[in-house]
Amino acid sequence: MSTATSPRPPAGPADAGSAPAPRTLRRRHTPSLQRQSPLVGLAAWMAGLFFAAPVLWMVLTSFHSETDAATNPPSVAAALTLDGYRSFFGATSGASPWPPLINSATASLVSTALVILLALPAAYALSIKPVRKWTDVLFFLLSTKMLPIVAGLLPLYLFALNTGSLDTIWVLIVLYTSMNLPIAVWMMRSFLAEVPAEMLEAAALDGAGLVTILRRIVAPVAMPGIAATALICFIFSWNELLLAQTLTGVVAGTAPVFLTGFVTSQGLFLAQVCAAATVISLPVLAAGFAAQDKLVQGLSLGAVK
Amino acid sequence: MSTIQFDAATRQFPGSARPAVDGLNLDIADGEFLVLVGPSGCGKSTSLRMLAGLEEVDEGAIRIGDREVTHLPPKERDIAMVFQNYALYPHMSVADNMGFALKIAGMSKDEIRTRVKEAAAILDLGEFLDRKPKALSGGQRQRVAMGRAIVRNPQAFLMDEPLSNLDAKLRVQTRTQIAALQRRLGTTTVYVTHDQVEAMTMGDRVAVLKDGLLQQVGTPRDLYDRPDNVFVGGFIGSPAMNLVRVVLTTDGAQLGERPVPMKRGVRAALATEGAEDATLGFRPESVEVVAPGQGFPFEVVVVEELGSDSFAYGNLVGHGQEDGTTLLTVRVDARRPPAKGEVIHLRIREGEEHVFSRRTGQRLSAD
Repeated sequence: MSTATSPRPPAGPADAGSAPAPRTLRRRHTPSLQRQSPLVGLAAWMAGLFFAAPVLWMVLTSFHSETDAATNPPSVAAALTLDGYRSFFGATSGASPWPPLINSATASLVSTALVILLALPAAYALSIKPVRKWTDVLFFLLSTKMLPIVAGLLPLYLFALNTGSLDTIWVLIVLYTSMNLPIAVWMMRSFLAEVPAEMLEAAALDGAGLVTILRRIVAPVAMPGIAATALICFIFSWNELLLAQTLTGVVAGTAPVFLTGFVTSQGLFLAQVCAAATVISLPVLAAGFAAQDKLVQGLSLGAVK
Repeated sequence: MSTIQFDAATRQFPGSARPAVDGLNLDIADGEFLVLVGPSGCGKSTSLRMLAGLEEVDEGAIRIGDREVTHLPPKERDIAMVFQNYALYPHMSVADNMGFALKIAGMSKDEIRTRVKEAAAILDLGEFLDRKPKALSGGQRQRVAMGRAIVRNPQAFLMDEPLSNLDAKLRVQTRTQIAALQRRLGTTTVYVTHDQVEAMTMGDRVAVLKDGLLQQVGTPRDLYDRPDNVFVGGFIGSPAMNLVRVVLTTDGAQLGERPVPMKRGVRAALATEGAEDATLGFRPESVEVVAPGQGFPFEVVVVEELGSDSFAYGNLVGHGQEDGTTLLTVRVDARRPPAKGEVIHLRIREGEEHVFSRRTGQRLSAD
């Protein structure tokens, strides 16, 4: 949809017929989105298509044969086939994509759940009932993101090696949780800061303890924020490659690691890679759609005043 | 339902020079409607929040009934509060908002439904029980907040400026409804407001606070007729009491060009203090228009005609006002108001003057 703030052109064709209407009356009716200029809508669609084009091209290529996919310029109108997907699901190589997909799902979902469970009380203690020196705590959390992950790779590897957690899903769950926790606390803190304090006081007077208040009042009211945070954490974990590639191998490899396996020394099988990339992108897309209706709910609407 | 007692309760916010509430002593009877009133920052809301358990008590004690609650958390005090912004739970229906406390208390679903329905009927909310707060008007939300309080049948109701978000007309209407509801339920109520009209019309007794200190507590009539100090005199009543600095003479004081006699007790008190001047207070309706030479002359600047009443604003002729800008207010005959610029002659009705010490601000009038 086009933006609401863009200016209307002086004589849009849509309101040529309503020109004799009194000015004040027109003012009241025009700000609706439907009355925006079609040009603005067109521009928005163009921009959207421009950014979506690489993704659409990936999806299209995944349905082409390897020979059609390799041509230059690309053969857009080539015949469609499911060969890329067949070989991704192991028809030719015999390697099943399911273990890495399940590994990815486990690591992403479990770490996201842990992050939310830990970040909600942390954010509560940093916004609604701020602890002493809460700004220092926030800065500390932020500072953990200042070191590039690659700089910590060797210590992390040695840690995993010595604890015997190399090539297990647990090491990824722990790392993804700690990697996303600072971001989640920061995000949730700003969402919780908008929860009216009186509402929590009212709940306390109604006889609710801290856990009840968090579970029955704060969590439902901050649900859009929790959904947004969870979505971000899920995406970051699902797409993470560096740690997964370094610390896992045979057993606990994740989907992105599996995807890199398609880039072989024998050459690039473009259709197959596109099919794999499409399949691996789907869960993120699904998570986005699932979170969408939660995201658009107005935060704490109608609580006060 | 219970008595409430503040026993030298003090709240000192960290980093602030003086206590927000300073040694508050207040005994509230069972079933009483007590209003805490004062200008912003006077500590009235802090006092209420101390009673609710939302604010710590640094010194002194607070008792509800026979139980000392000074350091109990809010949930163990069995009191219900109505907030200025209502603080409804936005994700719950009206019925769930009202039944939340009962649900936490572990009451059966049938019982909750019955009690919510009863409360909704009292507040005329029956048809809105399934709605979310965002689908209600301001007045309806206010009533849901009330409903959430009354459904619990608590020891006391605490109300923190519950009407200030309503428009003027609805506020007057709701004011009467709340007062009537409280009389009907007989629940001890502490009500905070900055609006002295609300305080006077709703309270069985009114407590006036300023700078964290209790100034006076009494029935609305008491506060109006016998203010303990200059602040209460000026704060209670609308239009406000006229307060004029007067120089003392041998048998009274000089007001404009006229002497004002003072009672012997007052003169004695002033003499003990060694004062040369005093603050004279009189209400706008405490004056009568007299013939020239029998009262102090008053130059009319503005006349406000309200229909039933007329008020004339103006200056005392020949009497230097300290700030020079504050006009005095007098009530005049609504059917024959004076003209602007006219000089009229006024006399304070006997016994209706208030004399306060300039030094302490305390009332000196003997009766």
